[in-house]
Amino acid sequence: MSTRRQVITIYRLLLREAEKIPAYNFRMYAGRKIRDTFRENKSINDFAVIDQKLAEAKQNLELIRRQVIIGHLYSAEKLVIEQPKKALRRSK
Amino acid sequence: MFQLFGRIHNNVLASYVLKINQRAPTVSAPSCFVLPNNRFNSTEAEPALTSEDFRKKQIRFNIKAEHVEGRPLYLDVQATSPMDPRVLDAMLPYMTNYYGNPHSRTHAYGWESEKAVETAREQVAKLIGAEPKEIIFTSGATECNNISIKGVARFYASKKKHVITTQTEHKCVLDSCRALENEGFKVTYLPVKSNGIIDMKQLEETITPETSLVSIMTVNNEIGVKQPIADIGALCRSRKVFFHTDAAQAVGKIPIDVNKMNIDLMSISGHKIYGPKGIGALYVRRRPRVRLEPLQSGGGQERGLRSGTVPAPLVVGFGAACDLALKEMDYDKKWIDFLSKRLYDRITQALPHVIRNGDPEQTYSGCLNLSFAYVEGESLLMALKDVALSSGSACTSASLEPSYVLRAIGTDEDLAHSSIRFGIGRFTTIQEVDYTADKCIKHVERLREMSPLWEMVQEGIDLKNIQWSQH
Repeated sequence: MSTRRQVITIYRLLLREAEKIPAYNFRMYAGRKIRDTFRENKSINDFAVIDQKLAEAKQNLELIRRQVIIGHLYSAEKLVIEQPKKALRRSK
Repeated sequence: MFQLFGRIHNNVLASYVLKINQRAPTVSAPSCFVLPNNRFNSTEAEPALTSEDFRKKQIRFNIKAEHVEGRPLYLDVQATSPMDPRVLDAMLPYMTNYYGNPHSRTHAYGWESEKAVETAREQVAKLIGAEPKEIIFTSGATECNNISIKGVARFYASKKKHVITTQTEHKCVLDSCRALENEGFKVTYLPVKSNGIIDMKQLEETITPETSLVSIMTVNNEIGVKQPIADIGALCRSRKVFFHTDAAQAVGKIPIDVNKMNIDLMSISGHKIYGPKGIGALYVRRRPRVRLEPLQSGGGQERGLRSGTVPAPLVVGFGAACDLALKEMDYDKKWIDFLSKRLYDRITQALPHVIRNGDPEQTYSGCLNLSFAYVEGESLLMALKDVALSSGSACTSASLEPSYVLRAIGTDEDLAHSSIRFGIGRFTTIQEVDYTADKCIKHVERLREMSPLWEMVQEGIDLKNIQWSQH
């Protein structure tokens, strides 16, 4: 697999996994952080650095997977801004 | 009478007589009063509102129907911050399989815990530019402040019996100083300027050959102002006085280097930097050596300054939090600056008479303390039930007294009662800020419309010229 392909694959995997984080604030942060980090590192040309970053990304992917499980085990009520539209309309 | 201003209950108001010095005849009773028996004893009082009118107004101001399902948003990161999932991930192994006592030298369980604790010590030290040996793990910033203030003062008590601090310090610093006063020490509580920052000249004049310690916090927990720590450090070093700073709100958020800033002792807290609660660290300089008398006797852990088994899982989490803070300080700062500006602009563009407490430049932007004039802070907090906010420090949030920090910066009593602290952190989102701003604007407008004071301000009456008297 070419490096470009590898990077895009892990980027997608990370984003997809981050979407599953149950806690609103952590989910939003993870998405923002992943996008910003990949964008920031877009211009890296050195293959050694890219490999290192890829390894880091893989570790983080595993971390997010574990945290998704934990988040589901001890989930909390949803925040006020996460409520479906219907609930909000009723309140008005 | 003015101190009652913020919390005059509408019913109570009826028992006050209003005497307006110059403009008494021109005042007509405000037209949209809400409560039935609410009367100024002015000459031109209007007849009582009919019950139908009253009911209409009651419906207009009622917010019972606005209850929204769900947990409130969290905008109080100065009180405590949510623990970063990456921190939890680092901690979990030490909460499950690696349970050894880090001080056990005879077996592998002890060694692996010790290794983890030492790694964390390095991570903490790196964040503040210190040596790992200079870091002492404690239970939190309160304990650090106690150890450093009481410890240093008592150790040098035979020669020096004077301690300097400021009026805006955290309660635990002020209380430690109070305890020292009972032991016969002299303590100077420096006032601050109206922007919350100390006067360097005054500090210089206050330092005497008797002074053993100066304790000034880096970032204030209520108003977010940054003290000129590097200047204070240089001054204290030149006068050979130890300098302690409570940096619980600053470490990990603004760059700190203990050597560049000449800091001798520094308190750090874990749960303010997205780490676990119940862990903190005290930085104690080794060269030139700062000596202190330990408060706790015991097994002599942590260089004998803080005996007791080091909680390995918490320390590991704290280390991970420091590591993240170091890596992401710039990234977080950009985000927090952006959100803070957005919140401040939104609120101030929509609402007049909003005052920012503390210096707008020398400040940590994640702590935004606003006073909404003519609105009582507690009623606003109650109306903003779906946002977790505080009017000041969490330690004093149970009492209705206005914050002593705001009083120290010379905020008027009525404005001190109407302050709210917005805490923005790593995990705050744009949607949360917008929601908070919208709700805040809406409820401030609603509460002002209910307020007779606001009505009078609209009519151009200077509230300061009113003499309130009570029957």
